[in-house]
Amino acid sequence: MKNPYLMDKIEILEVVPETAIDRTYTLAWDKPLKPGQFLQLSIPGVGEAPISVSDFEDGKLFMTIRRVGRLTDALFALKAGDHLFARGPYGNGFEYGDYVGSALKVIAGGTGLAPVKKVIKHFWRSDRLTGLEVLLGFKTPEDILYEREIQAWVDSGIATLTVDTGDAQWRGNTGLITRYIATLNLDNLEGSRFIVVGPPIMIKFVTLELLKLKVPEGNIWVSFERKMSCGIGKCGHCKIDETYVCLEGPVFRYPKAKRLLD
Amino acid sequence: MGYQLSREQFDQFLDRLKDKYSVFGPVVDVDRGNYSDTDRITYREIHRFDDLELNRKSYFSPKEIFYPIREVLFQFAGGEARVPALDDKKIAILLRPCDINGIDRLDTLFLENGPEPDFYYRRRRERVRFFMIECATGFESCWCVAMNANRTDRYDVAFRFGEKILADVKSDEFSSYFAPLPQQPFDVRFVQQNARQVRVPKVADVTADLFEHELWQEYTARCIACGRCNTSCITCSCFTMQDVAFGTDRQMGERRRRWAGCQIEGFTDMAGGHKFRGKNGEKLRFKAMHKVNDYHRRFGKHQCVGCGRCDDVCPQYISFARCINTLSDVIEKRKRK
Repeated sequence: MKNPYLMDKIEILEVVPETAIDRTYTLAWDKPLKPGQFLQLSIPGVGEAPISVSDFEDGKLFMTIRRVGRLTDALFALKAGDHLFARGPYGNGFEYGDYVGSALKVIAGGTGLAPVKKVIKHFWRSDRLTGLEVLLGFKTPEDILYEREIQAWVDSGIATLTVDTGDAQWRGNTGLITRYIATLNLDNLEGSRFIVVGPPIMIKFVTLELLKLKVPEGNIWVSFERKMSCGIGKCGHCKIDETYVCLEGPVFRYPKAKRLLD
Repeated sequence: MGYQLSREQFDQFLDRLKDKYSVFGPVVDVDRGNYSDTDRITYREIHRFDDLELNRKSYFSPKEIFYPIREVLFQFAGGEARVPALDDKKIAILLRPCDINGIDRLDTLFLENGPEPDFYYRRRRERVRFFMIECATGFESCWCVAMNANRTDRYDVAFRFGEKILADVKSDEFSSYFAPLPQQPFDVRFVQQNARQVRVPKVADVTADLFEHELWQEYTARCIACGRCNTSCITCSCFTMQDVAFGTDRQMGERRRRWAGCQIEGFTDMAGGHKFRGKNGEKLRFKAMHKVNDYHRRFGKHQCVGCGRCDDVCPQYISFARCINTLSDVIEKRKRK
C-alpha cells in the first residue's frame, strides 16, 4: 500500500536573497512539473507547508519563500548543500495550451508573482502568443522580487512595474496595480487572456476592474492560496463548497472561481 | 443466519474473540460528564455484557477507535523518517446504524477523495468489524431518518439486546463462533420515524445568495467556536499536521496529524496572517453547507447522518437540526415569493 505522506529528501543547490524576508531556493528535482503547482515542503520535527514552484528547468526547481512562520524560520537557517523534505507536486497548475494564440496579460501582486513566473518566462519572446503584457505590483521598493528579471521584462517593453508606496530613491511608477490596468492593450478582449495572482483582496479588485471593462469571465484565470495540511484532498482545510483547492485548483477559471465563496 | 444467546453466552463469545479482536462499545464513564454528578457515555474496550450502556447515546462517536485524535505519521531520527508499525489485532465495534453510515462517509472522504487512499486511515479501517446494535427507536435528539441514514446492511453481526440476545450473523468470519448456538430467525428493525423532524433542503435549491442570509448572524452571536460539534461528529474528518522535535539536540521528532475542525478558530489561518470565515456564523454556515449540501454535490450522498451528537454537546444550546429547518424555511419562503 502506497503511503502518499512519504517525502523525498531533497538537496538545496543554491539560496539567493530577494528581499529582507524573501529568498529563492534552488532545489534538486527531476519529477515532471507544471507552472502554478506546489509542493508540500517540510523539515522533520519543525513542520510542513504548501509552497508554490516559481520556476523549473532540467534537474532543478525554484521556490521563493517568505519568512513568516515556524517552518520558514527553520528554512532560512538552511544553506546550499543542506537537505529538506518534499512531496508532490500537487494542484492543477497553469496549462500553457489555455493561452497559446492569445494576447496574454499577467497581473501579479507581491509574492503572487511566484506561481506565475514560469508562465511569463515560457511565453516571453515566444511566437506562440499574439502579445504578452505583465503588470507587477509590490508594496514598496524593498518588496520587489526577481529584480534583474523584472528589469529585463520592463526593458523589453512587456512589463509595467509599480509600488504602492515609493521611497526617496524610487523613480518608477507608484500607486495600486488597479490603476495601471488601463495601460494594457484592451482592444481585443475576446482574443485576450488574463491571469490574476496575488493576495485575495488584490485578486478581488483586479477582477472587478476587468469585469467592468467587459473582459469575458471565461478569459480570466486566478490562483488561490489556502491553508493545506495534506495536498491530496483529505485534511479539509482548503475546501470551499464542494471544491478542494488542492485537487481542482489552485488555478481556477473565473466562472468557477467566482462561485467559490468562503 | 439468526441465533439466540443468553448474556452468559454473549460474554463467552467476547472471551473467545479476545485473541484476535479488541471489542469496543458504549460504556458509562461514571461522574465524568460535563456537570457535577453526571456520567459521560463514551466508547471503550469492553469485556462483558455488563460493561455496555445501551440506553443512552454516547457523547463521542466511535470514530476515534480507528481514526485517532492524534496519530503519529512518521518518527524522525538521524535525518530518516520511519512509519510506525501497527499490531495486527482486529477491532470490533458495537455501534448503531447511523454510525455505520457515518463511517461510510469517512471512508468516502479518506479512501476515494483525491488521487489515492489515505494510507493511515486505510490500514486501521481494514481491521474494523461492525457489531451493529439494533436501533429501532433512536433517541430524542436523533434525525437519522431525514438523512436517510437509519438503515444499513453493512454489518458483520447485528444484535438485539434484551434479556435474551438475538444475533444476525452476516459475515463468515464470525459464523463459527455462533454455530453451536440455537438458531432463531431474526429480522433487524430500524428506526422508522424520529421524534425530531428535520427537513433537509434539496441540493439544487441551495444557492449562493443564501450565504449572505441573516440567518447565519444569529450564530455569530451565539457560537463560541469551541468545536465540540466537530469532535463529537461521526463524520467530521479534518486534520492538521503537527511536527514536534525532542532529544537534547532536537534531532529526533515526530510528524503527527491531529483532529481539526472548521468550527474552531485558526482552521483557515495561513502563514502571514490571512484567514477566511472569521465570524463564527460564517464558520457554522460552512459546516452546515458541508454536512447537508456540498458533500452531496461531490459524493452523491449527505455527509450528516443525523446522529444528533452536535446538538447533545453544544454548550450554547445551538441545534443543528433547527439550523437545517431554518435554512429550509428560508428556501420555501423564497420559492413562494
